[in-house]
Amino acid sequence: MVPFAGWEMPVQYTGVKEEHLAVRSSCGLFDVSHMGEIEVSGDRAIDFVQLLITNDIERVSDGQCQYALLCRDSGGVVDDLIVYRFNIDRYLFVVNASNAGKVLGWMKEVQAREDFPDVGIEDQGGQYAQLALQGPAAIEILRPLLDIDPAEIGHFRFHMGLISDNIEAVVSRTGYTGADGFEIYLAPEDAETAWKAIMEAGSGHNLRPAGLGARDTLRLEMGYPLYGHELGEEITPIEAGLGKYVRFTKDFIGRDVLERQAREGAGRTLVGIRMLEPGVPRQGYEIHAGGKKTGEVTSGTVSPSLHVGIAMGFVAPETSRPGAEVSIVIRGRAAKAEITTLPFYRK
Amino acid sequence: MEFPKDLKYTKEHEWVKVEGKIATIGITDYAQDSLGDVVYVELPPEGGSVTKHEPFGVVESVKAVSDLYSPVSGSVTEVNDAIIDSPEAINEDPYGDAWMIKVEIAGQSELDDLLTADEYQKFIEEEK
Repeated sequence: MVPFAGWEMPVQYTGVKEEHLAVRSSCGLFDVSHMGEIEVSGDRAIDFVQLLITNDIERVSDGQCQYALLCRDSGGVVDDLIVYRFNIDRYLFVVNASNAGKVLGWMKEVQAREDFPDVGIEDQGGQYAQLALQGPAAIEILRPLLDIDPAEIGHFRFHMGLISDNIEAVVSRTGYTGADGFEIYLAPEDAETAWKAIMEAGSGHNLRPAGLGARDTLRLEMGYPLYGHELGEEITPIEAGLGKYVRFTKDFIGRDVLERQAREGAGRTLVGIRMLEPGVPRQGYEIHAGGKKTGEVTSGTVSPSLHVGIAMGFVAPETSRPGAEVSIVIRGRAAKAEITTLPFYRK
Repeated sequence: MEFPKDLKYTKEHEWVKVEGKIATIGITDYAQDSLGDVVYVELPPEGGSVTKHEPFGVVESVKAVSDLYSPVSGSVTEVNDAIIDSPEAINEDPYGDAWMIKVEIAGQSELDDLLTADEYQKFIEEEK
């Protein structure tokens, strides 16, 4: 267990590699109750949400969710999040635990500045526990527990119903692992019962409890950004390669900067890097090209699925082409690597 | 957790097996368990020298990089290349297949402050 953003979090239960491979081949269950939840509601909620997020919430229907970013006027990222659209007047922002207070502060600042006094902004972090059931067996495991066939919940859609007979839950077909699966929001007092019921239902499917360690290696294999590594106040979504979650067909805070970067190019680009020599790339290590520093690693590990060192990092645009040879400086030694397309792992 | 009685130990969590002038060195069961899944190991070349209490290599798990400290001074006579290709052996068999290096000990005084299995076990109990 380690302290994280005010929570005691399990890094691993039986071992990062074993938990990681269980998610790839069967299933893993994560307790991610630390995630923050903020509800936005009211007649003008949709306009407020549209102003805050880079993606376009009008492109999705009630019962769908959408990945988006919250930017400052500078284009820097306050947080990345998933917006759940309950209906046109009610949304749930699921944000990073370590950013929840900051996001709330930013939303209130924008509310005052942009004159949205009638919009409700409520921190509901204490009202939700969250379990993530991730892996190819997730549908089979959840089926006997849910009040509908989980296969009917489409990708990035959610269902509000009952799990384990009588526990109210929001169940979405989402996750942070690249595997099929569900994220389940429920009252904290129901979490233990639901956890046990899911573990029981998964006993014939090689379901393993999985911790933060595996969550990190899984998301890294998929090239998903993690706030504090690939995203931050000084990094824009365009630099982080998240342009498809930025919609210039609508207005939002930070748009001017992002539109200019999208048009003219940013000064740096987030890339995937695969090691060609032994070594473990880690955050902060220098990336060199042609004998000169071109950037730094933001996240790195040895991929449990691919058995090779993988990393993400920002480099100068001229060294960002897939196949370009670079090196990672590990304890003073330059180890060969190459720029590669993301994700690292494909099913 | 196992701590074989025929080995000596250090507070940096290495074990050493002394046979004549040759010391075989690895990391303890406690060390591999604390590290978690080992994914990389870096060892000195054969013929190189190692110095007591100083790093002779590196072991990396998914989450952490740790130096390996030599329990003795001397010259490296053999390196276990097999664990470079299969670092997971360090988790599976820390006292057997996953020995790391063999060192020709510079002098018998090198062994003076090494811990017995009981002393080491007591030390890690206190460290927890």
